[in-house]
Amino acid sequence: MISRRAFLLILGSGPAFAQLPPNITAERQAALRAAIRKATSGAAVRAGKVTISIPPLIDNGNTVPISVTVDSPMTEADHVKAIHLFTEKNPQPYVLTAHLGPRAGRARVDTRARIADTGQVIAIAQLSDGSYWSDTVSVVVTLSACLEDGLI
Amino acid sequence: MSARVVVSMPKSARRGEVIEIRTLASHVMETGFRRTQLGELVPRDIITQFVCTYNGVEVFRAELHPAVAANPLISFTTVATESGTLEFKWLGDNGYSATESAQLSVS
Repeated sequence: MISRRAFLLILGSGPAFAQLPPNITAERQAALRAAIRKATSGAAVRAGKVTISIPPLIDNGNTVPISVTVDSPMTEADHVKAIHLFTEKNPQPYVLTAHLGPRAGRARVDTRARIADTGQVIAIAQLSDGSYWSDTVSVVVTLSACLEDGLI
Repeated sequence: MSARVVVSMPKSARRGEVIEIRTLASHVMETGFRRTQLGELVPRDIITQFVCTYNGVEVFRAELHPAVAANPLISFTTVATESGTLEFKWLGDNGYSATESAQLSVS
């Protein structure tokens, strides 16, 4: 016969762990790295030139205003071709990819994103000379997007 | 579904001026990760593409993913080169499509 202690252990552990894959953090990290590799085709990404403007403390992760600016003259010879935006903890790392060119005048794009959990937000800019630059910002999320799924 | 979109930009600009364009589309941007109370997955329904053309030439394009918030706002800039029409197009899941156009007079 099963002991009371063993029975309670089964009750407590079963449903809680059934929802979440065991290595969710590692899986998210791998997905993020794969997404960045796909965006940059494996090229080296240097920190700098890109600035993410985002509130450091987010009350509501369902609509987070994000603005990405890249330090670039935006001329025919030297301009930003694309801006990729990623989050670390979402079920999918992609947020938005913007394709611009010299006709944009300024290298800037604003949007609103969903952010699932406290973690990093990463922006990568692809320049016309083929180099990649990035900025990483850590944010704290109080009310998470996707919380009801137990995805965190 | 009603495809309501709003574009906010100046009506006129000097030649060479950088103008800011703000666009909003009314859309739920259902992520495909949420479940109903019965545990069924709600299918994904999002806007996936946004394109802006200036007198027929593409000046800005964006690919959207489920992590873009509901009623997606996209704001960007362009150089006012000549008077004409800016056309905006949103494309999404389940055949979603919305278009809007705006006139810009350049002096």
